Amino acid sequence: MTRLHRFFGGIHPPTHKSESTQSPIMTAPLPPQLFVPFRQHAGEAAKPVVQVGERVLKGQLIGEPVGMISSSIHAPTSGTITAIELQQIAHPSALPDLCATLVPDGKDEWGVRQTLSYRQLSSDELQKHLRRCGIVGLGGAVFPSDMKLNHPVVVDTLVINGAECEPYITCDDMLMRERAEGIVRGIEILRHALGTDTVLIGIEDNKPHAIAAMQRAVDESSHPFKVVAVPTLYPGGSAKHLIKVLTGVEVPSGKLPTDVGVQCFNVATAYAAHRAVEHGEPLVSRIVTVTGNVEQPRNYEALIGTPFSDLVALSVAKPDTNRYIMGGPMMGVELPAVNVPLVKASNCVIAASDALFPPPPAPMPCIRCTRCAQVCPVELQPQDLYWFAQSHNFGKAQEFDLFDCIECGACAYVCPSSIPLVQYYRYAKSEIRARDLEKRAADLARERHEFRQFRIEREKQEKAERLAQKERAAAEAKAAAATAVVATQLNPNADADDTQQMRIDAALARAKAQAAAVTPKNTEALTPEQRTEIAAIEARRAKIHELAADAGADDEPPKNSQGN
Amino acid sequence: MITALWIMIALAALLGMILGYASIRFRVEGNPLAEKIDAVLPQTQCGQCGYPGCKPYAEAIAKGEADINLCPPGGEEGIHKLAELLGVEFKPFGENAQPKPKAVAFIDEQTCIGCTLCIQACPVDAIAGAAKQMHTIIASECTGCELCVPPCPVDCISMVPIEEQLTNWKWRYPVFELRRTS
Repeated sequence: MTRLHRFFGGIHPPTHKSESTQSPIMTAPLPPQLFVPFRQHAGEAAKPVVQVGERVLKGQLIGEPVGMISSSIHAPTSGTITAIELQQIAHPSALPDLCATLVPDGKDEWGVRQTLSYRQLSSDELQKHLRRCGIVGLGGAVFPSDMKLNHPVVVDTLVINGAECEPYITCDDMLMRERAEGIVRGIEILRHALGTDTVLIGIEDNKPHAIAAMQRAVDESSHPFKVVAVPTLYPGGSAKHLIKVLTGVEVPSGKLPTDVGVQCFNVATAYAAHRAVEHGEPLVSRIVTVTGNVEQPRNYEALIGTPFSDLVALSVAKPDTNRYIMGGPMMGVELPAVNVPLVKASNCVIAASDALFPPPPAPMPCIRCTRCAQVCPVELQPQDLYWFAQSHNFGKAQEFDLFDCIECGACAYVCPSSIPLVQYYRYAKSEIRARDLEKRAADLARERHEFRQFRIEREKQEKAERLAQKERAAAEAKAAAATAVVATQLNPNADADDTQQMRIDAALARAKAQAAAVTPKNTEALTPEQRTEIAAIEARRAKIHELAADAGADDEPPKNSQGN
Repeated sequence: MITALWIMIALAALLGMILGYASIRFRVEGNPLAEKIDAVLPQTQCGQCGYPGCKPYAEAIAKGEADINLCPPGGEEGIHKLAELLGVEFKPFGENAQPKPKAVAFIDEQTCIGCTLCIQACPVDAIAGAAKQMHTIIASECTGCELCVPPCPVDCISMVPIEEQLTNWKWRYPVFELRRTS
């Protein structure tokens, strides 16, 4: 029996899980249209690699990863891409993002499925395959799984997260109940890629069916995995907290679990890895809980890109439903519209009404009761963080480790003044991030500006140097020429250093030589008419000279008188 | 009496030597205050303050020659930061120096004649192009200083405000009703 540990704080909100675990997972029918966003994972959005109008097969790559932290996107079914454009997605900002619209042809025809026998493969090859198959963390953070397998340090423990601590959500519970064998096979693949010995599967003790199913699957597989029931305590499903409970090791602030020799994957991720490696199926569907204010709460296996409205219609939302939440009631975000598509991160959609989730009373001032500090699982001082965030004192908030906050909402849940604490933390975090980016942009601009000035200065210098060199070279050449030719003829005493004078002298000498060399054609043997003409011209010229001299003399006196 | 005097003189000489040595050994190049001010400024290098760049403006502030409210790209927050750094009162912007929404320059490539005048004006080398070749803005490097707009002989450069996207979206400050008025 594994000795369990405890993490600080935590709360016990009503779980509301039994509603959606009454019926088995149902495969959602093919919707008339699918909207597949290209940004479904942490990191860079995928780059579209299909054309509008192209026919695609199920599992065909439609978006390829860009950069290090990124993943692939695949066609969820066979059909035609009718548009690649901005569409509203499941994001609290209600801003649109690039999506591919896919009209299914109803055949659900698979493309090429490449299966692998992972035991002969290195971790590197497995990582590449998972990246090609678009496998990302399905626990909610959607971090590319291949990146999590690619670690420089030795990892000796693999923790599999089946805790599912948040109220209402049961997708992992149902997956473990019904597909435990696949999960265990997926865990073995991940274990093989990581090269760990110990595997701990943590499941909260409010899921006895899931624990039993997983135990049975592990026993049948004869892998030395340990299924551990952990006490139900929110937020025990946070990776760092589950690691603490199972191993007693606390992941330090700002560090990753791999730094303490542990790696953590969600059960659904393990299942997706199994499908990808042993069946060659990319991640094109997931289990999603539809619950809350609906007639038939249950879990669906739905294709990525299915509009939530289609799923909600299957479960029949009650008439007083006025909004929808993606995720759980503690950490979820309100959907901007119900027709936005399902993405890899969507574990649950809750139909909400004012009767189910009464609007919170107006916030009252903080009375510094520190109840929030008593439940904060990261051992922060939420009341201080709130104070700094609401007064825009971001530097201080960072000093108080704002970025260790996991936004679990336990503080806001217990706050007697009903202050929306997490909203303040999210606000402060995104402001700090934006400022950080601005600062980096400013530093870059400063660097580029300084380099530009340096460059201009350098160019100026180089130009001056080039000019000087040219002048020197010219002077030397001239000096040589002058001493050889001109100096002897005209000015034997010319100073070799006086380049300007030398040049003028040389030019004059050249001109004279030319003048001497050329004999005018028609100065001799002129006709009498020409002679008389020349004489006339000469006379005119003399007259003009005379006139000009007179005018100059006339001009002089008035100028002087004016001056006086 | 004399002994005491000698002791004092010796002490004074010793301390003087230590101070003299320290001033040489721990000498700081440049003006550290100007550098701190420069770090606060937004580095658009736009010259709207009347100085040829952010650093000259920072130096002018450090010398006490310039006011702290001359930098519109820094926004009011920039003035607050400068006021805090220098220990002076906050000063609002003047009439003709109001901050504008952030923007990047955009070259209409159909109209561009490839004269390179904007390239020469750009303080951060954010324009790619060559003589008689089409120019274009490297948006990620553009500081939005608008210095390239006036030199363009065919008016093909416009300032495009940066719109809110998923990548730069921020959570809003929580606002809620204190009392419902019907």
